[in-house]
Amino acid sequence: MNYPRNVAVLGGNRIPFARAGKAYKNVSNQDMLTAALDGLVARFSLQGELLGDVAAGAVLKHAKDFNLTRESVIGSALDSRTPAIDMQRACATGLDAINFVANKIALGQIEVGIGGGVDSTSDAPIEVSGALRKILHRANAARSTKERLQILASLRPADLKPSAPSAAEVRTGLNMGQHQALSTERWGITREEQDQIAFESHKNLMAAYERGFFDDLMTGYQGLSRDENLRVSTMEKLGSLKPVFGGPEGTMTAGNSTPLSDGASTVLIASEEWAQEHGHQPLAYIRDIHTRSVDFTAGADLLSAPAYAAPEMLARNGLTLDDMDFVEIHEAFAATVVMILKAWEDEEFGRDELGLDGAFGSVPRDRLNVLGSSLAAGHPFAATGGRIVASLAKMLYEAGPGKFGLISICAAGGQGTVALLESAR
Amino acid sequence: MKLDYTAFVRSAPGKFIAGKTGLPQPTDLPRFADRPQPVLGPVLVLGTSQAAEELAAQLLEWDCDVRRHADDLDKIGTIVVVLDEISAPGDTGPIIRDMPGAFKKMKLGGRVVTVSRTANSDDPHVNAARAGVEGFVRTLAKEARYGTTANGILVDDGVSLRDPSVIGALRFFVSAKSAFVTGQTLRVSAEGGGLPAVWEAHLQGRTVLVTGAARGIGAAIARTLVRDGAKVIILDVPGAGSALSDLANEIGAIPLQMDITAENAGERIVDELTKRDLTLDAFVHNAGITRDKYFANMDEDRWNSVIDVNIAAQLRINDALLASDRLGDDFRLVSLASTSGVAGNAGQANYAYSKSAVMGMVAALAPILAERGGTANAVAPGFIETEMTKKIPPMQREIFRRSNSLKQGGLPLDVAETISFLCSLPAGGYVGQTLRVCGQNLVGR
Repeated sequence: MNYPRNVAVLGGNRIPFARAGKAYKNVSNQDMLTAALDGLVARFSLQGELLGDVAAGAVLKHAKDFNLTRESVIGSALDSRTPAIDMQRACATGLDAINFVANKIALGQIEVGIGGGVDSTSDAPIEVSGALRKILHRANAARSTKERLQILASLRPADLKPSAPSAAEVRTGLNMGQHQALSTERWGITREEQDQIAFESHKNLMAAYERGFFDDLMTGYQGLSRDENLRVSTMEKLGSLKPVFGGPEGTMTAGNSTPLSDGASTVLIASEEWAQEHGHQPLAYIRDIHTRSVDFTAGADLLSAPAYAAPEMLARNGLTLDDMDFVEIHEAFAATVVMILKAWEDEEFGRDELGLDGAFGSVPRDRLNVLGSSLAAGHPFAATGGRIVASLAKMLYEAGPGKFGLISICAAGGQGTVALLESAR
Repeated sequence: MKLDYTAFVRSAPGKFIAGKTGLPQPTDLPRFADRPQPVLGPVLVLGTSQAAEELAAQLLEWDCDVRRHADDLDKIGTIVVVLDEISAPGDTGPIIRDMPGAFKKMKLGGRVVTVSRTANSDDPHVNAARAGVEGFVRTLAKEARYGTTANGILVDDGVSLRDPSVIGALRFFVSAKSAFVTGQTLRVSAEGGGLPAVWEAHLQGRTVLVTGAARGIGAAIARTLVRDGAKVIILDVPGAGSALSDLANEIGAIPLQMDITAENAGERIVDELTKRDLTLDAFVHNAGITRDKYFANMDEDRWNSVIDVNIAAQLRINDALLASDRLGDDFRLVSLASTSGVAGNAGQANYAYSKSAVMGMVAALAPILAERGGTANAVAPGFIETEMTKKIPPMQREIFRRSNSLKQGGLPLDVAETISFLCSLPAGGYVGQTLRVCGQNLVGR
């Protein structure tokens, strides 16, 4: 795509991701997003600055948090007049929030903004039953205490059963792991292929921490200074885990599936003019972001949309997979990554699904998720896009001029959002 | 019940009981916010030398009510005794003849400052006369009441008493910023530095990095440096990240998360400065830890971790800074020592080693930095009211609080004020010294 103006990623900030119910169990989405914003504000001296827009969102969100991002901005050190928008596209929320801000900058509507996301699985909203909700609404509208008591008296014990949040797809009743398990079997993905992805993810993330890569991308929070899920693992250890999806013969385990987690991330995006005026060196340019979906209700693989979205996006930019120096495929499950890689390498998929002459291409493993990804870091749904964009931008900057990076994020509802970044020097 | 001695003795019944029983009654010390004017007047300047005249003129310049005789004064804010020309012990008597009467009339938070020559003369008569000043000033500090402090400025031969470092020390000691510094001497051993353009913002235009800045004394240092006009970089470990960014946002400082014990911490600091195109005018080694245990029970890990954070990391960072082109012309290095390092402290063998080591480090570093117009000095806090000292058992804490001439613990602000002073341009003549901020703790000099 040729944007009217260059859109620069100047940097990012996230809080370390925590495992569900652990380090961040007592903090809210708003607390985490505010902390992530404040860390970014501090690093880029944005105290009291009036920014063009802040876009973020959460997938698991309380009804009272309808204006979550704006509330977080007010609570941050930014100028409280900075506007903010809440967005949501399942796990692609963060990347799409970034796209929203990037497009505004590209069009000259704003000069600088922040995109990001937050999610807490520890503080997931719990809904009351439909019957209880109706009774409460009626009681609330009652004109007298007597009438109110009469209405409340109609409550039955079964009405009090809360409905816990469910990751199940509404249209199929299957949760994401179950869906991926079907795909995993269909694509003939082995346990070892998945465990290898998981092993590399932890190893690479650990190495990145050790060389201090995240020191200027992360702000410690609630006593946590690195992702809580990160551990030293071995293939043997990963191989010893029992399957959690796909039945007793399944290959997907707690080790090669992403854990539920809590966290927030933010990315500072600006026009080149703004960056220069404020003395910040752009790390990378956002060249394109693209979303498409697959019809999983008709049998398509639920998490396969990026396998379509990336070829479409690269084609319209006149690039191929071989031009990509880094490929970041979000690891909802290790099997998802393998599935996407296999699809791209598959001649038939290339011809029938992508309309190419043959296979789309192959990703050398040394270009894949070189900083580790969701399996090791964790995956607070809406926070994942910001994590990847900021890390990849810094990696591209380190790699030098003319380097390209591809981001792929799969999302519920058969959706996929992909992004193309180019190093800024 | 929570034991708060200070609050108790300040209450009416507490005051009564304390008065009858001779319990220590600490005075509520006026700090800079309480008394922002540079000098508490009237000022009595004693001394017969040319320097006495010049220092009186300097105090006049600071809009002070300056007197050369105490006769008609009911109350006195500050006494400056200039003893630079004494050449025999007997010379002091005539100069301080009126001083006992004046010393009786000191206001709350009064200041006594002596200005004399360092006792490094070859002549026994001269040296005896000069050396006596130190015992004199330390005794005044012990006798002073109502928050009055007494400190001495010792000026080496060859250094003018009009030197910026002498003026800077005078300004610091007479101000409310030195509320918890008493019974101390500061030696001016070189000419250097300069006077700030604006005294009220004596760090204007200077960039200072503070380690361990997320909370406690470090945060107080950062706030004070910003108040005094500095651009401040605050460094702390990633685990303290959100406290660090909150402070950065509060005071407009630049946050830098890193572990100073990393092998390449110094290089990474230099990289960060280069990236931001900054030159450092001062570096404050504040980060420190304690891992207390009686020495008989001290394991290697406890020993090593304290040594690594409190001294080894500082040395590595200094080496990287010295090898870089990121130090300004009037660079000031200030490191946090401790009275534990001066006198030792049961249960703190590792800590005391590291803090003594800090004093040794600045002593050797100072001449190296002097070649490029820089200085290195240390500050040794005594008992300071912090989160760390809150963990000391109450009785023991009370004893620590009372074992100094001001009968109370100091505040993080008191340490911060001294550091701000040592980071300033006029502090160019103090070479490798350790200045105590301890209310004249009973231990050590």
